[in-house]
Amino acid sequence: MVKKPLLEFTDKGIYCAEGRFYIDPWQPVDNAVITHAHADHAYAGHKHYLAHYYSKEVLLYRLGPINLQTVEYGEKVMKNGVQISLHPAGHVIGSAQIRVEYKGEVWVVSGDYKVEDDGISTPFEPVRCNHFISECTFGMPVYQWKPQVQIFDDINNWWRSNVEHNTATVLVGYSLGKAQRILQNLDLSIGKVYTHGVIENTNEALRRNGILLNPTERITPGSSKEEVRKGIILAPPSSVGTPWMRRFQPYSFGYCSGWMAIRGAKRRRAADRGFVLSDHADWDGLLSAIDATGCESVYLTHGFTATFTRYLNEIGFNAHEVHTLYGDDKELTEELKETTADDSNSAGGGAL
Amino acid sequence: MRAFARLFLSLDETNKTNEKVKVLKDYFNSVPDTDKMHMLGLFSGRKPKRQINSTLVRNWAIEASNIPAWLFEESYHVVGDLAETMALLMPQHTGNSSKTLTEWIAEINALGTKTEEEKKQWLIASWAMLDSSERFVFNKLLTGSFRVGVSQNLVIKALAEISGIDAATLTHRIMGNWQPETYHFSQLIQEQDESDDISRPYPFFLAYPIQETSEKQKSAKELQGALGDESQWQAEWKWDGIRAQMIKRGGKIFIWSRGEDLSTDKFPELHPFLNALPDGTVLDGEILSFKNGSPLPFNVLQTRIGRKNLTKKILEESPVAVIAYDCLEFAGEDIRDKTQSERRLILEQLQSSTEFPELFRISALIPFNTWKELGEMREQSRAMIAEGIMLKRKSAAYQVGRKRGDWWKWKIDPLSVDAVMIYAQKGHGRRADLYTDYTFAVWDGDKLVPFAKAYSGLTDAEIGKVDYFIKRNTIEKFGPVRTVKPELVFEIGFEGINKSTRHKSGIALRFPRILRWRHDKPKEEADTIESLRALLGE
Repeated sequence: MVKKPLLEFTDKGIYCAEGRFYIDPWQPVDNAVITHAHADHAYAGHKHYLAHYYSKEVLLYRLGPINLQTVEYGEKVMKNGVQISLHPAGHVIGSAQIRVEYKGEVWVVSGDYKVEDDGISTPFEPVRCNHFISECTFGMPVYQWKPQVQIFDDINNWWRSNVEHNTATVLVGYSLGKAQRILQNLDLSIGKVYTHGVIENTNEALRRNGILLNPTERITPGSSKEEVRKGIILAPPSSVGTPWMRRFQPYSFGYCSGWMAIRGAKRRRAADRGFVLSDHADWDGLLSAIDATGCESVYLTHGFTATFTRYLNEIGFNAHEVHTLYGDDKELTEELKETTADDSNSAGGGAL
Repeated sequence: MRAFARLFLSLDETNKTNEKVKVLKDYFNSVPDTDKMHMLGLFSGRKPKRQINSTLVRNWAIEASNIPAWLFEESYHVVGDLAETMALLMPQHTGNSSKTLTEWIAEINALGTKTEEEKKQWLIASWAMLDSSERFVFNKLLTGSFRVGVSQNLVIKALAEISGIDAATLTHRIMGNWQPETYHFSQLIQEQDESDDISRPYPFFLAYPIQETSEKQKSAKELQGALGDESQWQAEWKWDGIRAQMIKRGGKIFIWSRGEDLSTDKFPELHPFLNALPDGTVLDGEILSFKNGSPLPFNVLQTRIGRKNLTKKILEESPVAVIAYDCLEFAGEDIRDKTQSERRLILEQLQSSTEFPELFRISALIPFNTWKELGEMREQSRAMIAEGIMLKRKSAAYQVGRKRGDWWKWKIDPLSVDAVMIYAQKGHGRRADLYTDYTFAVWDGDKLVPFAKAYSGLTDAEIGKVDYFIKRNTIEKFGPVRTVKPELVFEIGFEGINKSTRHKSGIALRFPRILRWRHDKPKEEADTIESLRALLGE
């Protein structure tokens, strides 16, 4: 009989049959281990959740009352004889790689990760394993990040110049992760930091969790436009182009995302400024992280999976592409049916 | 080069017109005059000749990036721009360069006489001393694909503000045959124009559409409201050919197309009539293919555009003539400020004295008394092989660029069919990571046959939705092309339809575009190939 792998890819998520638990499942299950609190990884409806302690308040805020067990990084939990431990992924506060060990075989599920220390999330740590399940959101060599100190210099200079021109500064990034990373790296001698409600709710949850964040002020209908203009406004992507944002006119609007590395993507968002700042590993980051695991095989769950898998195989890894529902950017999407055809002409190939 | 790369970046960083003008002025004020002229040259389409073919540039870039060729190609698909892809993939620069734009362009131009190995050495060394934003514009220069996200109007506006010369004059002065190496900034901004460029055309006057879309039909009453009294206007057919300016000066002739390409050699059959014009004459008109005194559809003319060699066969199958509709210079004098009616009289005199009335035609005025009557005439446009009607105010001067008020185009409604999307491909530039280029099919029995590709016509929000659908409903992938589950129906508009042996469907459309997304139609109700063939009018 062929031995069943310790972790399998099912239509509900990544499953450990031996331990009877799922990792980041997208269908309701009994036992879920959660890498981090982003919506495409932490779904509602599971009977029991296991996550890092720093994810606790955000999970409760986002999912309501859930049956949640939390652990510290490195703390070992046994489920039906299978050992589980969480290790820093550096993606957002509380994000973890899930290490699963059974009878000497080790699997690691990366969740989302980045290798650069962002100054607020516990920095990424490589974990040795036999099998590594990795994201590859930016698994293309055109995505190479500059050190964040350079990006924050640009952001702070832009903010300073806006204040000089009496223009409001609106900086857009995800409410969990990017917003706090920005907050902790701004030059607060320039002015105050104002937040959109969605971001402030997340900040409050994190503060309840004991995370020390720089001071922020929630924007309310009563906020003084004049005062806000001297500060910087942190807003989530969903607020772009809404009346909420328009009331700060005149404003300059910046967008923080790894996608900003490409000119076309930047222009399409019609942002005044695009800052290349990502909470995912860049090309070199992915390669170094995968290499550091010393794994026998690597599975790529979301991102430029086809390209990245092919490249990894060419440079000597044993890589496989798998299908999941992860990937929180709408640009990244699961492929329903994929066939790799050799003959590019057989379907007309776009020629008429 | 640093200043030029900075300019490029700054223009990208703002969507506001005033700020773009400010950025342009800052650039002009900070660089040497020779750089100013090179920048103007680039912004007005005078890019340096390509000295290294793009395959070599690409191969050397792959080598410098140290990745496999297929991964380079995949990267290019993601980025959608070759120069940018190369700039992103190369390792960090190791040196710096303070060379000016002028110096770089001179080096590029000097490559012509170099061996392949020398070119390679030069290129690798150049890349190593440019940072990624400099490299991007440098690659653009090198590959001759220089296009900038700022209109010439804004560049002219900035230039007008720093030089004190008015914008229309500057627009005129940067037309024609000048080269940045020989035309000096001081000449450009002189009070008195001392150019000796006898080929220099005038900026074209362009019409605005009188109705924004075919759904917003203008009634006779609305036209009356918008344009006033019929007697103030002259009407002509809107010809579907190549807009051109024809110049006879100093015994020489020049034909300029609207894209500011000097196309004199492309239309040899027009030379006799142009040579016979009095010196100091400039005509504005349309070049069309003609047979037996009637214009032929645009696709006939299309067969000879872009051909390097005009064979005897092509000249026989698609002979051209000019339908002139304006005269901009007469007896060496710029007469653009005269009224439309005055210029028309001069044009008529010129035409009546030509010995080549078959080649030098005149755009007949359409007699009409009421807007309603003209609206009815417009319905006959297709039979006239015209795209609709042009309205020109009789008292109007010939202006610069697209201006509202005195010239209007009143196009016929496009033909249309409902079609099913079956293939999709990613766009370029701004839409490089979105599926924006679609192939459409109509029913032939129970099969869908592709008949048209269209890129434009949807809003950004709609594109987002279609992109979402495509990514979740891909049946197969072939390189950059995806076969999509046939489900979405769109109304496809087009200006003309012709038989074609080059397309599977046997037909070719002129200007196909998406008119709207038919959410209300299931794919079964899309049109058939028979309905398209019926439009061929056979």
